[in-house]
Amino acid sequence: MDFELNADQRAFIELASQFAEAELAPHAAEWDAEQIFPVETLRKAGELGLCGLYASESIGGLGLPRLDCAMVFEALSRGCTSTTAYISIHNMATWMVGQYASAEVGGALGPALCSGQQLASYCLTEPGAGSDAASLRTSAVRDGDVYRLTGSKIFISGAGSTDLLIVMARTGVDGPRGISAFAVDANSVGISFGRKEIKMGWNSQPTRQVNFDQVEVPAERLLGAEGEGFRIAMAGLNGGRINIAACSVGTAQMALEQARAFTLERKQFGRPIADFQALQFRLADMATELVAARQMVRLAASKLDIDDPDKSTYAAMAKRFATDAGYRVCDEALQLHGGIGYIREYPFERYLRDTRVHRILEGSNEIMRVLVARRLLDNAAALM
Amino acid sequence: MKILVTCKRVLDPYVKARVKADGTGVNLDNVKMAMNPFDEIAIEEAIRMREAGKADEIVAVSIGAAKTEETLRTALAMGADRAVHVVTEDDIEPLGVAKVLKSLVESEQPGLVIMGKQAIDGDSNQAGQMLAALLGWAQGTNVSNVELDGDTANITREIDGGLERLALKMPCVLTSDLRLNEPRYASLPNIMKAKKKPMDKKPIDELGVDTAPRQTLVSVSEPPPRAAGVKVASVDELVDKLKNEAQVI
Ligand SMILES: Cc1cc2nc3c(=O)[nH]c(=O)nc-3n(C[C@H](O)[C@H](O)[C@H](O)COP(=O)(O)OP(=O)(O)OC[C@H]3O[C@@H](n4cnc5c(N)ncnc54)[C@H](O)[C@@H]3O)c2cc1C
Ligand SMILES: Cc1cc2nc3c(=O)[nH]c(=O)nc-3n(C[C@H](O)[C@H](O)[C@H](O)COP(=O)(O)OP(=O)(O)OC[C@H]3O[C@@H](n4cnc5c(N)ncnc54)[C@H](O)[C@@H]3O)c2cc1C
Repeated sequence: MDFELNADQRAFIELASQFAEAELAPHAAEWDAEQIFPVETLRKAGELGLCGLYASESIGGLGLPRLDCAMVFEALSRGCTSTTAYISIHNMATWMVGQYASAEVGGALGPALCSGQQLASYCLTEPGAGSDAASLRTSAVRDGDVYRLTGSKIFISGAGSTDLLIVMARTGVDGPRGISAFAVDANSVGISFGRKEIKMGWNSQPTRQVNFDQVEVPAERLLGAEGEGFRIAMAGLNGGRINIAACSVGTAQMALEQARAFTLERKQFGRPIADFQALQFRLADMATELVAARQMVRLAASKLDIDDPDKSTYAAMAKRFATDAGYRVCDEALQLHGGIGYIREYPFERYLRDTRVHRILEGSNEIMRVLVARRLLDNAAALM
Repeated sequence: MKILVTCKRVLDPYVKARVKADGTGVNLDNVKMAMNPFDEIAIEEAIRMREAGKADEIVAVSIGAAKTEETLRTALAMGADRAVHVVTEDDIEPLGVAKVLKSLVESEQPGLVIMGKQAIDGDSNQAGQMLAALLGWAQGTNVSNVELDGDTANITREIDGGLERLALKMPCVLTSDLRLNEPRYASLPNIMKAKKKPMDKKPIDELGVDTAPRQTLVSVSEPPPRAAGVKVASVDELVDKLKNEAQVI
């Protein structure tokens, strides 16, 4: 086993780092303060291949290993956590199109998504169905050549500013087996958007409710087969969780590097505060947890790449651990900066606000524990 | 026309250089390496010439150890057509570099060589000039603008106190200054495609060129730490210090 990066990975990380430093970092504070969704920057990201990282080559994606993608998201998030998180959601939705749409639909939608000319949202959560997503009630009723979608999705990232919605809706019985997934044009008649939510973080991307009132969706826009929608949604999230976890790791790494530099420079009590062992130990713990988190994320990504039977469990573990650890490192970095850490002129409170939601969405960290425990306690299943 | 472009693998410009404890050089273990920034600019210029229809092939050349291949892959991902890796574990001095390049120019027959004005590790600013002299070609160093017009390269150079415009007879050697252009990113699809582009590996010994060092490295040390400043009481005192202590006026 080899823990070293290969030449491809180093080259991908180099590009992502350059992009993060030149195109994201200089604007992240402004996008946060002004709540700007940087569509032009996303298009630039698309030109460089960052919008179809793991989507299949058949629809214009790069089909990269998830491991490599996790490294790319980590590097990008050093520039702007929130924008990178959106890019990761777009990649997830685009991958779903490549994986589950018919060749015709994939061919029609894919190139614009992979190049970032069009942007996508993932619509699972409903006001009455969050953690218990399988209880969703948005309905899709077949009517000749179309399905008619009715219901509401809540907290949808990018909604109102994106072109394609991947919507999970009920076509059959209660529970996960009655759910189907659709690729829906966001400008379809009958779709309306709620107000832009005012949020703690993730301010460079809008979050809105999406309402469907008898929205006609051509039958060929069904992803996979009827009844496969929940499985498809979860397959998307397996990767999504790893990506979001990588965003926490990258942000925390950025926070740690700055905290390290600050403690070496800042003098109190007549010497650099890095001289105090209390703070040295904090830095040591931050670095240790961060390395652990990164390795877990990469392990989970690698399990996904080889289609390991326990890939979902590893993804859940990595997401739980890395988003908690990442948040803690950001909080410690803020603390090490003293009063400066709390001031908006510096990025630390933004890191904290942006990574906070990673512990809630794409399956809350409690739900990650539910998944891990279910696997662990599964009758006689071997230990992982 | 074929363009030969050089690219050197150097310490990443954003990484703090640390001197080895024994004073024999800069510590390159476990530090990030990158393409010399002036060479990125040189490659970008060559790509723009090809895009403008003034060149049809770009050959990227680098001299260095095994990992240098990655720097050449970056050049290929940016848009160079093929690469030549002259393999050596040794540090080659500028004259040796110029001789190696001369030998490649003789086999490749490019109409133009573009190099960085200097590599940011040694900062010698010599290889381009030496190559032009060895070839007997015209040279345009520290170039901030280039227009190709038939057999002539019309260039603008940044010199002390202004800009110098020259018309060079081609083939010639150009070295890039910082403001020549802004290099493009090597996109992910192009990084993938670069893997399939040809890369020629030539052990340096096979070139039959004498690259033996002519200089001896005595020792490498950190620059002295900046001393604390002093407050002056009056303009007269300041002028006096500038004159007599700093001796700058
Ligand atoms: C900024 C933002 C962007 C989002 N983007 C999207 C998006 O693009 N697409 C999308 O579909 N959704 C999106 N979401 C929704 C997100 O996925 C949900 O908020 C999340 O799944 C939690 O659901 P909920 O908010 O309904 O909380 P609830 O499910 O009501 O949970 C409330 C609390 O109870 C806990 N809990 C629930 N069930 C259990 C259990 N069985 N055991 C233990 N604890 C439990 C939860 O962990 C949580 O702490 C987004 C949310 C936010 C905040
Ligand atoms: C919103 C806000 C309002 C404020 N209001 C007021 C006010 O009204 N009046 C006022 O006077 N001040 C005020 N302050 C200042 C506040 O009290 C200081 O920010 C705080 O005392 C920390 O000092 P510092 O920012 O200089 O951090 P530093 O002292 O530089 O500390 C940096 C980090 O090093 C740690 N550290 C420092 N020394 C040691 C040591 N010996 N051992 C271990 N760790 C150490 C600190 O705990 C911290 O984590 C305010 C600050 C904020 C952010």
